[in-house]
Amino acid sequence: MHPAPSVIIFTSLSGLGFGLMAWLGFGFPPVSGMIAFWFFLIAYVLAVGGLLASVFHLGNPKNSIKAFSQWRSSWLSREGIMAVVSLLVMAIYAIGLIFLEQRWQVVGWVGAAFSLITIYTTSMIYGQMKTVPRWNMSLTPPLFLLYALAGGALLAGQIFPAILLLVALTVLQYISWQIGDARFEQAHHTIETATGLGNLGKVRLLESPHSSPNYLLKEMVHIVGRKHAQKLRIISIVLLGIVPAVILVLVPFNHMLAGIAVLSHLVGLFVSRWLFFAEAEHVVGLYYDKR
Amino acid sequence: MTTLPAHTEKKLGLAIDLDTCVGCHACVISCKEWNTSNYGAPLSDIDAYGAEPMGTFLNRVHTFEVKADGSNAQTVHFPKSCLHCEDAPCVTVCPTGASYKRSEDGIVLVNEVDCMGCGLCAWACPYGARELDKVEGVMKKCTLCVDRIYNKNIPEEDRVPSCVRTCPAGARHFGDFADPQSSVSKLAAERGGLVLMEAQGTKPVNRYLPPRPKADVTNTAQIDIPNPYLKPASSKPDGFLGWLDNALEKI
Repeated sequence: MHPAPSVIIFTSLSGLGFGLMAWLGFGFPPVSGMIAFWFFLIAYVLAVGGLLASVFHLGNPKNSIKAFSQWRSSWLSREGIMAVVSLLVMAIYAIGLIFLEQRWQVVGWVGAAFSLITIYTTSMIYGQMKTVPRWNMSLTPPLFLLYALAGGALLAGQIFPAILLLVALTVLQYISWQIGDARFEQAHHTIETATGLGNLGKVRLLESPHSSPNYLLKEMVHIVGRKHAQKLRIISIVLLGIVPAVILVLVPFNHMLAGIAVLSHLVGLFVSRWLFFAEAEHVVGLYYDKR
Repeated sequence: MTTLPAHTEKKLGLAIDLDTCVGCHACVISCKEWNTSNYGAPLSDIDAYGAEPMGTFLNRVHTFEVKADGSNAQTVHFPKSCLHCEDAPCVTVCPTGASYKRSEDGIVLVNEVDCMGCGLCAWACPYGARELDKVEGVMKKCTLCVDRIYNKNIPEEDRVPSCVRTCPAGARHFGDFADPQSSVSKLAAERGGLVLMEAQGTKPVNRYLPPRPKADVTNTAQIDIPNPYLKPASSKPDGFLGWLDNALEKI
């Protein structure tokens, strides 16, 4: 799949934002007043900024308001609705904390739950895609949730949970890559099943239907850049979980080093999300004899 | 509404004959011409005369080579357009309600007025049947020429999809797969119509008729390769010249 910057920024930042929001909703850290303002500002900038980035992926954004209508069948529609609901519920909770010095904890719990459901709906946009076997597995939702919770804990300054979650995330990301690598073969899709010609022999593409690439090839058969995948995986996993966890374990808390830990996590997150798209193989590539 | 109809009265679709398709791409051109000038936004071309011309097409012809061990390679031309799946994943993923499957005839369509161009339906389609138009920013796909097949303003023989009407080899057949007596249902039953990527669970309506077994061209007793249909010309003259020939031989 084409790793479009808009989609990478969208899933990374909004995941992080809703992750932080979930922690704030559960009451960690127990902030109020101006400090709460800054925490909620960061959460909203990330979540809303991510959602806005996704609009740049649209060919016809003026119709995006209609995306709230098809919640019965569409995960993307559900995601849009849940995102707005989470932002609204959390806004009530945040107003109480910032301006009224009131902790409406039930509202916080509800907002946190909606934030986590939002992340789940995001993960299902990808997890539902039977056409992309690497995404279409039961590990995709827990991976997205763990990304959000670990990153959120880091931003919320929850040192002990952050260390545990970052380690868990590193392990789950590694496992997801290992299992994901075998998914395409396990789905039993080949150029022979795609064309139905397998009983006649071995199939190869003799002549492409078009001399230039087309929308399908540009969007779904992204092969360029995969050759560095192994190196990028190592870079990602080190920056994502290992560096921040080591900083949190070894160094007593200070804002400078916490900033470095967050920055490292963010870069690792972007690299892993780039790989999430760039390494995903769509079955339509088989009609072009490409993976 | 992007939930799928539980049942469609008809299942209109195509039976595509991989045995007779000659790979001329006439269906591709005819489809582009009809659909760029009728239903919905036109099918744009980008850099049409440049180094990398690209455009939106609803029908494409791939050409494959198939070779079994110890036999000759075989060329198969493979037209590919929307298969109008019964369980169309492109419809259910649509967030705006632009994609839908008609309950009366099973045709899968995009209502461009509602499409926001997110491209998720194209991701969900295993067959590559949907292309996002670069200029209009909306999703384009085969409509089964819904604006021809019911069109009372054109002669009756033209009320079939443009690709079917134009195919010079008769490789594309249009009809109702819900009716077991229809020509396409009978063709599919007779020829063992193929379902593409069955494991995806999309239940496509269109069927592909597999290539028929080829004559063994290596067995020269079965077939005279250079001159299969002509008898050898007689080297002996007949009539008066024949008598003369025989008489002269005997002298």
